[in-house]
Amino acid sequence: MTVATIERAPAAVPSDLVRGRGGGGPASKRVVAAYGFWIFILSDMVMFSALFAAYAVLQGNTAGGPAGAELFDLRNVFIETMCLLLSSYTCGLGALSAERRYPARFLVFAALTFVLGTAFLAIEGMEFARMVEMGAGPSRSGFLSAFFTLVGMHGLHVTTGLIALVYLVAQVIAKGLGAAVLRRLLCWSLFWHALDIVWVGVFTLVYLMGAA
Amino acid sequence: MNGGDRLYEDRTPGVEEHEPTASYLSYTAGLGLAIVATIGSFVVAQTNLLWAPGVPVGLVVLAFAQMGIHLVFFLHLGSGPDSTNNILALAFGVLIVFLVITGSVWIIANLNSNMMPMSMQ
Repeated sequence: MTVATIERAPAAVPSDLVRGRGGGGPASKRVVAAYGFWIFILSDMVMFSALFAAYAVLQGNTAGGPAGAELFDLRNVFIETMCLLLSSYTCGLGALSAERRYPARFLVFAALTFVLGTAFLAIEGMEFARMVEMGAGPSRSGFLSAFFTLVGMHGLHVTTGLIALVYLVAQVIAKGLGAAVLRRLLCWSLFWHALDIVWVGVFTLVYLMGAA
Repeated sequence: MNGGDRLYEDRTPGVEEHEPTASYLSYTAGLGLAIVATIGSFVVAQTNLLWAPGVPVGLVVLAFAQMGIHLVFFLHLGSGPDSTNNILALAFGVLIVFLVITGSVWIIANLNSNMMPMSMQ
Protein backbone atom coordinates (compact mmCIF):
# COMPACT_ATOMS: atom_id res chain seq x y z
CA MET A 1 0.00 0.00 0.00
CA THR A 2 1.34 3.37 -0.87
CA VAL A 3 0.72 6.41 1.19
CA ALA A 4 0.06 9.59 -0.71
CA THR A 5 2.08 12.48 0.53
CA ILE A 6 1.27 16.08 -0.12
CA GLU A 7 4.15 18.24 -1.18
CA ARG A 8 4.50 21.11 1.21
CA ALA A 9 6.29 23.70 -0.86
CA PRO A 10 4.63 24.89 -4.05
CA ALA A 11 6.80 24.97 -7.16
CA ALA A 12 6.69 28.72 -7.60
CA VAL A 13 6.68 31.32 -4.88
CA PRO A 14 3.00 32.10 -4.38
CA SER A 15 1.83 35.56 -5.13
CA ASP A 16 0.28 37.76 -2.50
CA LEU A 17 -3.13 36.89 -3.90
CA VAL A 18 -3.02 33.39 -2.45
CA ARG A 19 -1.85 34.42 1.02
CA GLY A 20 -4.43 33.25 3.52
CA ARG A 21 -6.12 31.18 0.82
CA GLY A 22 -3.95 28.09 1.11
CA GLY A 23 -1.13 29.42 -1.08
CA GLY A 24 1.51 28.12 1.33
CA GLY A 25 0.37 24.51 0.88
CA PRO A 26 -1.55 22.49 3.47
CA ALA A 27 -1.88 24.41 6.73
CA SER A 28 -0.27 23.15 9.93
CA LYS A 29 -2.30 21.08 12.37
CA ARG A 30 -2.41 24.05 14.72
CA VAL A 31 -4.00 26.30 12.10
CA VAL A 32 -6.48 23.58 11.07
CA ALA A 33 -7.48 22.86 14.68
CA ALA A 34 -7.95 26.52 15.58
CA TYR A 35 -9.87 27.22 12.37
CA GLY A 36 -12.20 24.30 13.05
CA PHE A 37 -12.74 25.55 16.56
CA TRP A 38 -13.42 29.04 15.18
CA ILE A 39 -16.21 27.52 13.04
CA PHE A 40 -17.60 25.82 16.16
CA ILE A 41 -17.56 29.14 18.03
CA LEU A 42 -19.41 30.84 15.19
CA SER A 43 -22.06 28.11 15.24
CA ASP A 44 -22.34 28.63 18.99
CA MET A 45 -22.94 32.32 18.25
CA VAL A 46 -25.76 31.31 15.90
CA MET A 47 -27.31 29.35 18.77
CA PHE A 48 -26.96 32.36 21.05
CA SER A 49 -28.56 34.54 18.37
CA ALA A 50 -31.73 32.42 18.65
CA LEU A 51 -31.80 33.00 22.41
CA PHE A 52 -31.17 36.72 21.90
CA ALA A 53 -34.03 36.80 19.40
CA ALA A 54 -36.32 34.99 21.85
CA TYR A 55 -35.42 37.49 24.56
CA ALA A 56 -35.91 40.50 22.28
CA VAL A 57 -39.33 39.19 21.28
CA LEU A 58 -40.50 38.28 24.81
CA GLN A 59 -38.97 41.26 26.59
CA GLY A 60 -42.29 43.05 27.09
CA ASN A 61 -44.36 39.98 28.02
CA THR A 62 -44.16 40.32 31.78
CA ALA A 63 -47.66 38.90 32.39
CA GLY A 64 -48.24 41.42 35.16
CA GLY A 65 -45.02 40.33 36.87
CA PRO A 66 -41.89 42.38 37.54
CA ALA A 67 -40.09 44.00 34.60
CA GLY A 68 -36.35 44.32 34.16
CA ALA A 69 -36.16 47.79 35.69
CA GLU A 70 -37.41 46.47 39.06
CA LEU A 71 -35.19 43.37 39.05
CA PHE A 72 -31.77 44.34 37.76
CA ASP A 73 -29.03 45.72 39.95
CA LEU A 74 -26.71 47.52 37.54
CA ARG A 75 -23.93 47.87 40.11
CA ASN A 76 -23.65 44.08 40.30
CA VAL A 77 -23.83 43.81 36.53
CA PHE A 78 -20.95 46.28 36.23
CA ILE A 79 -18.83 44.21 38.65
CA GLU A 80 -19.70 41.04 36.71
CA THR A 81 -18.73 42.72 33.44
CA MET A 82 -15.40 43.84 34.83
CA CYS A 83 -14.68 40.34 36.23
CA LEU A 84 -15.30 38.76 32.85
CA LEU A 85 -13.37 41.42 30.95
CA LEU A 86 -10.34 41.11 33.25
CA SER A 87 -10.50 37.32 33.02
CA SER A 88 -10.44 37.65 29.23
CA TYR A 89 -7.32 39.81 29.62
CA THR A 90 -5.56 37.39 31.98
CA CYS A 91 -6.58 34.53 29.68
CA GLY A 92 -4.89 36.31 26.77
CA LEU A 93 -1.73 36.93 28.78
CA GLY A 94 -1.79 33.30 29.95
CA ALA A 95 -2.07 32.03 26.38
CA LEU A 96 0.82 34.30 25.42
CA SER A 97 2.97 33.01 28.30
CA ALA A 98 2.19 29.45 27.23
CA GLU A 99 3.17 30.24 23.63
CA ARG A 100 6.49 31.51 24.90
CA ARG A 101 6.94 28.44 27.11
CA TYR A 102 6.73 30.10 30.53
CA PRO A 103 4.76 27.46 32.45
CA ALA A 104 4.98 29.23 35.82
CA ARG A 105 3.68 32.50 34.42
CA PHE A 106 0.96 30.61 32.57
CA LEU A 107 -0.19 28.97 35.81
CA VAL A 108 -0.41 32.34 37.57
CA PHE A 109 -2.54 33.82 34.77
CA ALA A 110 -4.68 30.66 34.59
CA ALA A 111 -5.32 30.90 38.34
CA LEU A 112 -6.31 34.58 37.98
CA THR A 113 -8.62 33.71 35.09
CA PHE A 114 -10.21 30.97 37.16
CA VAL A 115 -10.75 33.23 40.19
CA LEU A 116 -12.29 36.03 38.06
CA GLY A 117 -14.53 33.57 36.20
CA THR A 118 -15.68 32.05 39.49
CA ALA A 119 -16.41 35.53 40.88
CA PHE A 120 -18.55 36.24 37.81
CA LEU A 121 -20.49 33.01 38.29
CA ALA A 122 -20.92 33.61 42.02
CA ILE A 123 -22.41 37.09 41.47
CA GLU A 124 -24.68 35.74 38.73
CA GLY A 125 -25.76 32.83 40.94
CA MET A 126 -26.63 35.21 43.79
CA GLU A 127 -28.64 37.40 41.38
CA PHE A 128 -30.58 34.36 40.14
CA ALA A 129 -31.22 33.14 43.69
CA ARG A 130 -32.43 36.60 44.76
CA MET A 131 -34.81 36.79 41.79
CA VAL A 132 -36.24 33.32 42.37
CA GLU A 133 -36.72 34.16 46.05
CA MET A 134 -38.67 37.30 45.06
CA GLY A 135 -41.02 35.08 43.07
CA ALA A 136 -39.46 36.19 39.78
CA GLY A 137 -38.31 32.74 38.69
CA PRO A 138 -38.23 31.44 35.11
CA SER A 139 -41.85 30.25 35.29
CA ARG A 140 -43.23 33.69 36.26
CA SER A 141 -43.53 35.20 32.76
CA GLY A 142 -42.37 34.89 29.19
CA PHE A 143 -39.88 37.69 29.83
CA LEU A 144 -38.33 35.84 32.77
CA SER A 145 -38.23 32.50 30.89
CA ALA A 146 -36.30 34.16 28.09
CA PHE A 147 -34.08 36.00 30.58
CA PHE A 148 -33.10 32.88 32.51
CA THR A 149 -32.56 30.91 29.29
CA LEU A 150 -30.30 33.50 27.69
CA VAL A 151 -28.29 34.55 30.75
CA GLY A 152 -28.32 31.00 32.14
CA MET A 153 -26.99 29.61 28.88
CA HIS A 154 -24.13 32.10 28.99
CA GLY A 155 -23.46 31.13 32.62
CA LEU A 156 -23.47 27.47 31.62
CA HIS A 157 -20.86 28.22 28.96
CA VAL A 158 -18.72 30.02 31.55
CA THR A 159 -19.05 27.00 33.87
CA THR A 160 -17.99 24.65 31.08
CA GLY A 161 -15.06 26.95 30.32
CA LEU A 162 -13.91 26.89 33.95
CA ILE A 163 -14.09 23.08 34.09
CA ALA A 164 -12.11 22.89 30.84
CA LEU A 165 -9.56 25.31 32.31
CA VAL A 166 -8.97 23.04 35.32
CA TYR A 167 -8.52 20.13 32.93
CA LEU A 168 -6.07 22.11 30.79
CA VAL A 169 -4.03 23.25 33.78
CA ALA A 170 -3.79 19.62 34.88
CA GLN A 171 -2.53 18.76 31.39
CA VAL A 172 0.06 21.53 31.46
CA ILE A 173 1.29 20.32 34.85
CA ALA A 174 1.34 16.66 33.80
CA LYS A 175 2.56 16.93 30.22
CA GLY A 176 4.20 20.34 29.95
CA LEU A 177 3.65 22.80 27.13
CA GLY A 178 3.81 20.46 24.15
CA ALA A 179 2.28 21.13 20.75
CA ALA A 180 -0.95 19.22 21.52
CA VAL A 181 -1.49 21.01 24.84
CA LEU A 182 -0.78 24.36 23.19
CA ARG A 183 -3.40 23.62 20.53
CA ARG A 184 -5.99 22.91 23.22
CA LEU A 185 -5.00 26.05 25.06
CA LEU A 186 -5.41 28.11 21.90
CA CYS A 187 -8.90 26.70 21.33
CA TRP A 188 -9.80 27.31 24.96
CA SER A 189 -8.68 30.94 24.83
CA LEU A 190 -10.76 31.46 21.67
CA PHE A 191 -13.77 30.07 23.54
CA TRP A 192 -13.17 32.30 26.54
CA HIS A 193 -12.78 35.48 24.48
CA ALA A 194 -15.93 34.59 22.52
CA LEU A 195 -17.89 34.27 25.80
CA ASP A 196 -16.86 37.79 26.70
CA ILE A 197 -18.15 39.02 23.32
CA VAL A 198 -21.50 37.32 24.01
CA TRP A 199 -21.56 38.99 27.41
CA VAL A 200 -21.21 42.42 25.75
CA GLY A 201 -24.46 41.63 23.92
CA VAL A 202 -26.10 40.38 27.12
CA PHE A 203 -25.30 43.37 29.29
CA THR A 204 -26.25 45.81 26.55
CA LEU A 205 -29.54 44.24 25.43
CA VAL A 206 -30.72 42.65 28.68
CA TYR A 207 -29.44 44.82 31.49
CA LEU A 208 -28.74 48.33 30.16
CA MET A 209 -31.70 48.49 27.76
CA GLY A 210 -33.92 46.55 30.17
CA ALA A 211 -33.22 48.81 33.13
CA ALA A 212 -33.73 52.03 31.21
CA MET B 1 8.68 25.50 10.73
CA ASN B 2 11.13 27.82 9.03
CA GLY B 3 10.81 31.48 8.19
CA GLY B 4 10.05 30.94 4.52
CA ASP B 5 6.96 28.82 5.19
CA ARG B 6 5.71 31.17 7.78
CA LEU B 7 5.15 34.08 5.46
CA TYR B 8 2.53 32.23 3.46
CA GLU B 9 1.05 30.26 6.32
CA ASP B 10 -2.64 30.84 6.93
CA ARG B 11 -3.36 32.48 10.23
CA THR B 12 -5.46 31.21 13.08
CA PRO B 13 -7.73 33.46 15.03
CA GLY B 14 -6.41 34.13 18.52
CA VAL B 15 -2.72 34.32 17.66
CA GLU B 16 -0.69 37.28 16.69
CA GLU B 17 2.06 35.58 14.70
CA HIS B 18 3.86 38.49 13.18
CA GLU B 19 4.53 40.88 16.03
CA PRO B 20 5.56 38.77 18.99
CA THR B 21 6.96 41.71 20.94
CA ALA B 22 3.83 43.83 20.68
CA SER B 23 1.46 41.24 22.08
CA TYR B 24 1.35 42.08 25.79
CA LEU B 25 0.89 45.68 24.72
CA SER B 26 -1.91 44.70 22.34
CA TYR B 27 -3.85 42.90 25.09
CA THR B 28 -3.36 45.82 27.46
CA ALA B 29 -4.48 48.35 24.84
CA GLY B 30 -7.53 46.16 24.15
CA LEU B 31 -8.33 45.97 27.85
CA GLY B 32 -8.10 49.76 28.17
CA LEU B 33 -10.36 50.39 25.18
CA ALA B 34 -12.85 47.74 26.29
CA ILE B 35 -13.04 49.29 29.79
CA VAL B 36 -13.66 52.72 28.22
CA ALA B 37 -16.46 51.28 26.05
CA THR B 38 -18.01 49.43 29.02
CA ILE B 39 -17.97 52.47 31.29
CA GLY B 40 -19.31 54.51 28.36
CA SER B 41 -22.30 52.15 28.00
CA PHE B 42 -23.13 52.24 31.70
CA VAL B 43 -22.81 56.04 31.80
CA VAL B 44 -24.97 56.48 28.69
CA ALA B 45 -27.63 54.16 30.13
CA GLN B 46 -27.82 55.78 33.56
CA THR B 47 -27.35 59.49 32.93
CA ASN B 48 -28.94 62.12 30.73
CA LEU B 49 -25.77 62.57 28.71
CA LEU B 50 -27.58 61.47 25.54
CA TRP B 51 -30.96 62.66 24.34
CA ALA B 52 -33.31 60.03 25.80
CA PRO B 53 -34.64 58.50 22.53
CA GLY B 54 -31.03 58.21 21.32
CA VAL B 55 -29.90 56.09 24.26
CA PRO B 56 -30.62 52.66 22.66
CA VAL B 57 -28.78 53.74 19.52
CA GLY B 58 -25.82 54.90 21.59
CA LEU B 59 -25.79 51.60 23.49
CA VAL B 60 -25.86 49.55 20.29
CA VAL B 61 -23.03 51.60 18.80
CA LEU B 62 -20.92 51.16 21.94
CA ALA B 63 -21.68 47.42 22.03
CA PHE B 64 -20.58 46.95 18.42
CA ALA B 65 -17.48 49.04 19.09
CA GLN B 66 -16.61 46.87 22.06
CA MET B 67 -17.19 43.64 20.12
CA GLY B 68 -14.86 45.01 17.42
CA ILE B 69 -12.24 45.84 20.06
CA HIS B 70 -12.46 42.27 21.40
CA LEU B 71 -12.14 40.78 17.92
CA VAL B 72 -9.13 42.88 16.98
CA PHE B 73 -7.17 43.04 20.23
CA PHE B 74 -8.08 39.72 21.91
CA LEU B 75 -8.82 37.45 18.95
CA HIS B 76 -6.34 39.24 16.67
CA LEU B 77 -8.54 39.24 13.62
CA GLY B 78 -6.85 41.66 11.31
CA SER B 79 -7.57 42.95 7.85
CA GLY B 80 -4.40 41.37 6.47
CA PRO B 81 -4.56 38.79 3.71
CA ASP B 82 -3.49 36.03 6.13
CA SER B 83 -6.75 36.08 8.02
CA THR B 84 -9.06 36.12 5.00
CA ASN B 85 -10.51 32.70 5.86
CA ASN B 86 -11.18 33.66 9.46
CA ILE B 87 -12.83 36.92 8.44
CA LEU B 88 -14.98 35.18 5.80
CA ALA B 89 -16.21 32.65 8.35
CA LEU B 90 -16.92 35.47 10.78
CA ALA B 91 -18.79 37.43 8.11
CA PHE B 92 -21.00 34.41 7.41
CA GLY B 93 -21.66 33.97 11.14
CA VAL B 94 -22.56 37.65 11.50
CA LEU B 95 -24.94 37.37 8.53
CA ILE B 96 -26.79 34.42 10.11
CA VAL B 97 -26.92 36.09 13.53
CA PHE B 98 -28.30 39.26 11.93
CA LEU B 99 -30.94 37.32 9.95
CA VAL B 100 -32.09 35.33 12.97
CA ILE B 101 -32.37 38.32 15.32
CA THR B 102 -33.81 41.01 13.03
CA GLY B 103 -36.00 38.46 11.24
CA SER B 104 -37.54 37.23 14.49
CA VAL B 105 -38.08 40.70 15.88
CA TRP B 106 -39.60 41.92 12.62
CA ILE B 107 -41.96 38.95 12.15
CA ILE B 108 -43.17 38.90 15.74
CA ALA B 109 -43.71 42.66 15.81
CA ASN B 110 -45.81 42.28 12.67
CA LEU B 111 -47.81 39.42 14.20
CA ASN B 112 -48.35 41.41 17.38
CA SER B 113 -49.68 44.43 15.55
CA ASN B 114 -52.05 42.24 13.49
CA MET B 115 -53.43 40.40 16.53
CA MET B 116 -57.10 40.79 17.31
CA PRO B 117 -57.35 43.01 20.36
CA MET B 118 -57.68 40.66 23.31
CA SER B 119 -60.24 41.46 25.95
CA MET B 120 -58.11 40.97 29.01
CA GLN B 121 -59.33 42.13 32.41
